[in-house]
Amino acid sequence: MLRFLLAAVLFCASLAAPLRAQETLSPMQALMQAHAAEITKGSRKGIEPAITAIAGSGLPAAETVLEAWQAKEIYRRKDDGLFFRGEEPEKGLFRLHDLESGAAVGDYPKDAVDQLKPNSGIRAMIAAALVPFQLQSPDRVKRENALQAIQRDAEASHLAALRASIDSETDAGLKALKIRLERLLTIRFDPDEAARIDAIGYFSGDLSVDVRASLNPLLATRRLATTEGPAPEWNLAGEVEVGAGDFSPAQAYALLVGQGLARPRISPAEFRAALIAHIADGKVGGVPVAELDSEAARERAYAALADQGLVPATATAAELAQALDSHRFFDVYAEPAPAVTDAARATLHSIETKLALNQFADLSLDALSLASIYFLAAIGLAITFGVMGVINMAHGEFIMMGAYTGYVVQTLIPNYTVSILVALPLAFAVTFAAGVAMERLVIRWLYNRPLETLLATFGISIALQQIAKNIFGTQARPLTSPGWLDGALVLNDVVAISYIRIAIFVLALFFLGLFLFLMKRTRFGLDIRAVTQNPAMAASMGINPDRVNMLTFGLGSGIAGIAGVAIGLYAKVTSELGSDYIVQSFMTVVVGGVGNIWGALFGATMIGFLQKGIEVFNPSNTLAAQTYMIIFIIIFIQFRPRGIIALKGRAAGD
Amino acid sequence: MSFLRRNPSVPVFLGLLLVFTLTVTLMSEAYGGGLSTSFVKTLGKTLCLALVAVAMDLVWGYTGILSLGHFAFFGLGGYMIGMWLMYARTEAIVVSSMANAEIPATPQEITDAVGAQIFGVVGSSDFPAIWLFADSLAMQLVLVVAVPGLLALVFGWLAFRSRVTGVYLSILTQAMTLALSLYLFQNNSGLRGNNGLSGLQNLPGADAIPQSVMSVWFLWTSALALGLGYLLAAFVVSGKFGSVLRGIRDNEARVRFLGYPVERYKLFIFTLTAVMAGIAGALYYPQAGIINPAEIAPIASIYLAVWVAIGGRGRLYGAVIGAGFVSLVSTWFTGGRAPDIDLGFYTIKWVDWWTVLLGLSFVCVTIFAPKGIGGLVDLALSRRAPDRHGADLGPDLGSLREKEAEE
Repeated sequence: MLRFLLAAVLFCASLAAPLRAQETLSPMQALMQAHAAEITKGSRKGIEPAITAIAGSGLPAAETVLEAWQAKEIYRRKDDGLFFRGEEPEKGLFRLHDLESGAAVGDYPKDAVDQLKPNSGIRAMIAAALVPFQLQSPDRVKRENALQAIQRDAEASHLAALRASIDSETDAGLKALKIRLERLLTIRFDPDEAARIDAIGYFSGDLSVDVRASLNPLLATRRLATTEGPAPEWNLAGEVEVGAGDFSPAQAYALLVGQGLARPRISPAEFRAALIAHIADGKVGGVPVAELDSEAARERAYAALADQGLVPATATAAELAQALDSHRFFDVYAEPAPAVTDAARATLHSIETKLALNQFADLSLDALSLASIYFLAAIGLAITFGVMGVINMAHGEFIMMGAYTGYVVQTLIPNYTVSILVALPLAFAVTFAAGVAMERLVIRWLYNRPLETLLATFGISIALQQIAKNIFGTQARPLTSPGWLDGALVLNDVVAISYIRIAIFVLALFFLGLFLFLMKRTRFGLDIRAVTQNPAMAASMGINPDRVNMLTFGLGSGIAGIAGVAIGLYAKVTSELGSDYIVQSFMTVVVGGVGNIWGALFGATMIGFLQKGIEVFNPSNTLAAQTYMIIFIIIFIQFRPRGIIALKGRAAGD
Repeated sequence: MSFLRRNPSVPVFLGLLLVFTLTVTLMSEAYGGGLSTSFVKTLGKTLCLALVAVAMDLVWGYTGILSLGHFAFFGLGGYMIGMWLMYARTEAIVVSSMANAEIPATPQEITDAVGAQIFGVVGSSDFPAIWLFADSLAMQLVLVVAVPGLLALVFGWLAFRSRVTGVYLSILTQAMTLALSLYLFQNNSGLRGNNGLSGLQNLPGADAIPQSVMSVWFLWTSALALGLGYLLAAFVVSGKFGSVLRGIRDNEARVRFLGYPVERYKLFIFTLTAVMAGIAGALYYPQAGIINPAEIAPIASIYLAVWVAIGGRGRLYGAVIGAGFVSLVSTWFTGGRAPDIDLGFYTIKWVDWWTVLLGLSFVCVTIFAPKGIGGLVDLALSRRAPDRHGADLGPDLGSLREKEAEE
C-alpha cells in the first residue's frame, strides 16, 4: 500500500514539472517542448510530426520559427531546455531571442546553449512545410520560389494552400501559374473523382512536358495473370497475348511465378550448377555425364535428382507451356476509377494529336534548314556541272577552305560579328581564286574528258585535304557565331529553331535571289546561259567560252566558300568537313537536275526533307537514315534519270 | 594458241608472274630467305589488289564505265569469307574451352557462346540472319561470288536500263558504296559495326602451320587467282566481244544503233568484274587479318581508279603495274621508312605529305600522261596511238578493232 502511494506521488511529481513550466510558456514554445525529443534528436524519420505540428499550428510565429530552423538559427538553452532564436554577434557569444515576440533574452556563452543543426534532408522537409506560408507572402520573389518548389516536388498538403492563395494573388503571371499548378495538383492529389476529371479535361491539347508527366502516371498499368476472366473491380486496360510485342513466354512465366500461380523454374546457370554438383561415379541421376549434351538428357537427369530429393524440383518445359496455356494476362490500371483513366486517355490523345502536328512543324523547320545547307553546298556544283559538264570532286574541299578562312579571320579579329562580316567576302575571294586557278591549271586541259576531270579533281581534293590537315592539325577548330546568333527562336515547348539555322536559311534565300538576278538580268548571266545551251554556237556569236567557263567555275567555287563559313558556324571545322557534304551535294545535283538553280533548290529541299523524314522513324540512327536516303535516290534516278528538272534539247548533251 | 599469239602480253605477263612468285617464295622466311613474313603478306595482298585493278580496268579502261563501287564488291567478298573464318575459329576456341567443363555442352550452349564471343563488342549475342551459312565454308565461298555478283547485277540492271551514263553513273556507284559502308558502320548491321571482323589471319584448323608458311601459301593462291583473272580478262577483251566493249566506251550511241544490246554487254562486264573483285577481296582479307567498313568507303574505290589511271588504262598489265606500284610505294611512304627532307625552314615528313604528292602526281598523270606507266611500254615498242583529245575514234578509221587503235 505504502509502496503504491509512493509511486503515485512520484508519478504526479514527474508530471507536475513540465505542466508547471507549460503554464508560463508561450504556445509556440509549448508546442516545441512537446516535440523536444524529436527536434533535438534531428533524425529524419522522427522529425516529420514535429514539423507538421509547427506548420499546422496556425500560430503567427510558425513561419519565422521554421525559417530560423532551416537557417540553423534555433538554439536550446541547456539549463531549462527552452528553444530560442539566436544569433552570434561575436565569436563564442550567443544572443537569444524569444520565439514569438523576438525580444532579446540575454547573451550566453557557447557551452550554455545547443544549436539545432538540421541536416539537408530535414531542411528540405522544412522547406516543403514552408511553402504554404510563402505562397501567401507579400514578397513576389518568395511566392515565385514557392511555386518553383511545388513544381519540383509537390505534396498533397500543397493543394489546399495553393487553392487558398489563388484569390489573393495580385501578380497576373503568378496567378496563371498558380491556377495551372492547382489543376496539376488536383489531378494528383484531390480525393474527389469529379474534380480530378475536371482538372484532366482542363489540359486538353496542352503541350507542356509537366502535363504529360502528371497524366502518364494515371495510366500506369501492372500486369496480372488469372485463370478466369478479369475480376470486376479491375480497371482494365486490355488483355495481353503471350509472345505478342515484347511480352516473351519467359516473362509471362516469371509473372505467374511472382503471383504464386506456378512453380518456379530455376535459371539455366543454376540448373547446370546443380547437375555438376551431383556428379557421382561419372553419372548424374543415373545418366552418364557424356550423354548430357542435350537438353532432354539433362532434364531427365535433373528430374531423377529431384525425385531423390537432392535438388529442389523445377518446372519442366511442358509444365511451363501448360501454365501459359491455362492463364490469361491482363494489364490493369493502378488507378481504380475508370472515369479518371478514360479522361486521362482522352486528354493525352488530344495532346498527342497536337503534339504530332507541332513535331511535324518542328521537323519541317529542321528539314528546311538542312535543305538550305545542302542548297548552299550544291549550288556551285550544279552551276559548274551545268555549264561545263565538269564534276568537281574538290568542291567539298572548297567548302572546307571557306570554313578555315572563317576560322583564320576569327583568330585575327576578336569581335565575332565583325569577323563573320569580313569572313564571308574573304571566303568568297579565297575560293574564287582557288577555283579560277584550278580551272586554268587543270580542268581547261580536260574538256571533253569528263571522267578524267572527275579523277583529276579528286586528286586535287585529297591533296587539299591533306594540306589542310598538315596546316591546321586533325582536331576540330571552332568557328564561333556572334552572340546575337546564339539561342533559338522558341515558339512553344515543341517547336524551336536556332537563330544560326535561320541565318543560314536567309543566306540561302539571298544567294537564290542573287543568282537569279545574275543569270536573268546581267550580261554575264546571258553568256553563261548561252554557253550552257550550246558552247559552239555561243563562241561563234562572239562569246569567249573559255572566259565564261573560268568565271563560272570561280563563281561556283566562291559560293562553296561562303557555304563553308555557314556550315562551320554550326558544325566544327575539320579537314574532313568537305567530304562530309560532298556526296549529299552530288545527290542534290543529281536529283535536282544539272545546270539549273531551281533544280538545285528542289533537289536540296527533297533531300533535306527526306533525310529528316527518315530520321523520324529511327531518330537514334542517322547512319541508317543516310543509307535509306541513298537507296531511295538510286531508285528515284530510275524514274527521272536526269533529275527533277532536266535540260532538254541540245543542252542536254545527247 | 592463236589467242596467245594475238595477245603476246599474256604469256609475258604470266611468265613474269611465275618468276616473281617463285623468287619471293625462295627468298621468304619460310624457305630460309631474308624477306619477312609481313612483307610476303604485303606482296600477296598486292597481287589481290592487282586482280581487282584488272577488274577495274575491264570495266573502266575497256568499257568506259567509271565505277566507284568496285572496292565495295572487294570488301563484300572479304566480309563473306571473314564470316566463316571468324565463326569457325571462334567455334573451335569455344569447343576446346568447353571440353574442360564438368558436363559436355549442348549444341545450343556452343552456339550461344560463339554468338556472345563474336557479337559481344556490339552488345548482342544472337546470330543475325545473314550468318545463317557462316558455319559452312562451301556456302560462304559460294556467297563470296554470289553476293557481290547479285548486288552488281541488280544495281547494274537498275542503272543501265535507265541509261545512266558517264559521271552520273560514277556518282551513283559512289552513292551505292557510301550507302553500303554507312550501313555496315551500324552496330545492328549484323557484321559487328565499325569493329569489323578480325583475327582473319588465323585459319581454323591450321594452327600448326606457322604464319610464315601460310603467307607463302596465300601468295601462291593470290598469284594463281591473278593469273587466271588476267587470262579471263584478256580472253574477254580480245575478239569481237572486246571490240564491242571498246565501241561502247568510244561511242555508246553508235554501238546501240548498230544493233548491239549495249545494256546487256555493260551488265555482263559489270557483274563479271564485281565477281572478280569479290574473289580478290576474299583472298586479300585473310592476309590483312581484319576488315571493317572503313575499307569499303567510297575513297577506296576512287583510289582503285587512281591505280588504274596511273598504271595505264585500256591495257590489262597497266592495271597490274598501277596497283602494284602505287600500293607498294604508298606502303613505303606511309610506313615511315622514306627519309624526311629538310628544307631548312620546314621538314617534309612523308607520312604527312605523301597523300599530297599522290594527289598532285595523279593530276599530272591525267593531264600529261593519260596512258600512265604502261605508256612506257608503247614508247619502248615505238607504238603511237592517235591523239584524239578525248574525241571519238570515228568510223573512218575502221569499224572492227580487236586492239586499241594505232597510228
